[in-house]
Amino acid sequence: MLGDAPSRTGKHQAEAAPIVVRLPGVLVDLFPGAPRRVEMTASTVKEMVDQLDKSWPGMRDRICDSRPAIRKHMNVFVEGERATLKTKLRPGVEVFVLTAISGG
Amino acid sequence: MAAKVLVLLGTKKGAFIAESDAERRSWKLRGPFCETWPMNHVVADPKTGTIWGAGGNEWFGPAVWKSTDLGETWTHSSDGLAYAEGEEPIKAVWSLAKGNGSLFAGVQPAGLFRSDDGGQSWEHVKGLQKHPSRPHWNPGGAGLILHSLVIDPNDHDRIWIGISAAGVFYTGDGGKSWEPRNLGTRADFMPEGENYPEFGQCVHNLVMAPGMPDRLYQQNHCGMYRSDDGGKRWVSIEKGLPSTFGFPAATHPRDPETLYLVPLNGDSAGRYVPDAKAAVWRTRDAGREWQAMRSGLPQENAYIGVLRQAMATDRLEPAGVYFGTSSGALFASADEGESWVNVTQHLPSILSVETLVVD
Repeated sequence: MLGDAPSRTGKHQAEAAPIVVRLPGVLVDLFPGAPRRVEMTASTVKEMVDQLDKSWPGMRDRICDSRPAIRKHMNVFVEGERATLKTKLRPGVEVFVLTAISGG
Repeated sequence: MAAKVLVLLGTKKGAFIAESDAERRSWKLRGPFCETWPMNHVVADPKTGTIWGAGGNEWFGPAVWKSTDLGETWTHSSDGLAYAEGEEPIKAVWSLAKGNGSLFAGVQPAGLFRSDDGGQSWEHVKGLQKHPSRPHWNPGGAGLILHSLVIDPNDHDRIWIGISAAGVFYTGDGGKSWEPRNLGTRADFMPEGENYPEFGQCVHNLVMAPGMPDRLYQQNHCGMYRSDDGGKRWVSIEKGLPSTFGFPAATHPRDPETLYLVPLNGDSAGRYVPDAKAAVWRTRDAGREWQAMRSGLPQENAYIGVLRQAMATDRLEPAGVYFGTSSGALFASADEGESWVNVTQHLPSILSVETLVVD
């Protein structure tokens, strides 16, 4: 997975095209070395968050609360729709993790 | 002679550090740190110099930040800093205290966590949540927060906490069992005849006298109090003060008779310093008599407030006293409160003030 590495090609990609996760700058700033664009294979948003957490321990806690659910002021968009942890991810889809309007 | 004095500031938009030498005449400000998260409490271990910051961010939730190089670099963690699945999640960390090798954290909604690895991972101290009064705790204006955390330096199993607005609770067994300790403190917001409940008082800040672990002082929403028996019984010490309302309390580093308060004009009168004239009120006899310390503080049009954790002393001789305002000004005294200087005045709202003296 990771980072801005070239996409996998050939047979592997044909089996399961990786999803692309776009992370907000204010989030990756909390995890030195984390990129804004991540490629991985995941079939749900929960799996995606688990993989992010595996690569950058603690990232799950920044995106999700302990209910567990996506945090109130965080948004995960999949194909134009706000997602939950249960939202399924089609191979090749682009997932946007965004900070909502908040604060003062 | 101390090499330097650090005043650690938690603000609504990041942590800051004001730094000076032992003379404490000129100050240099560093920050903002912690990615401008709201930082409710920034503390330091005087033995190691490690600094921790308690925060909570609207986007990213609660975390404890840590710096082992006097604030130059920071990391954060919330590993284990969570209630069980299905329960209301933790919104922010509000208070930190070190005891017996462990670091304790008070959170919102009110609960206590302990870290045995210097803030890398956390474990819920579940005994407090099991207290039978828990379903009846009501939040204060800032939420249901565990903001005060006092540990007996001679016996780290003895811990007192303050929760707004559940009151003071005490454990003598490291957090397994707890009991309310509010006898003698008023709850003016309760119906007539019910103003002295077992719990439910709105404690604003709780501190321990140096060298006398059973002497506690508290600034309450409804009065100022002293206890000489570990909180079993509280007596009012508000006579001679300009109001019964305020937020912070700070003890002297060596003298258990000396306490500093910043009374405000009342809970429904704007919560400013009385008559818009700033003063720190000092007692030298455990609250029997009070003296307003005004030299160097603004005495005209000072519509300022000071929040519950925003006053502290340092351990130098004479002791330094510091307070930060909710409008972002930091004031310092290098002579136990006799005279004051404005260190800086355009910070975000100051939520906490603590000190670290580095030899």
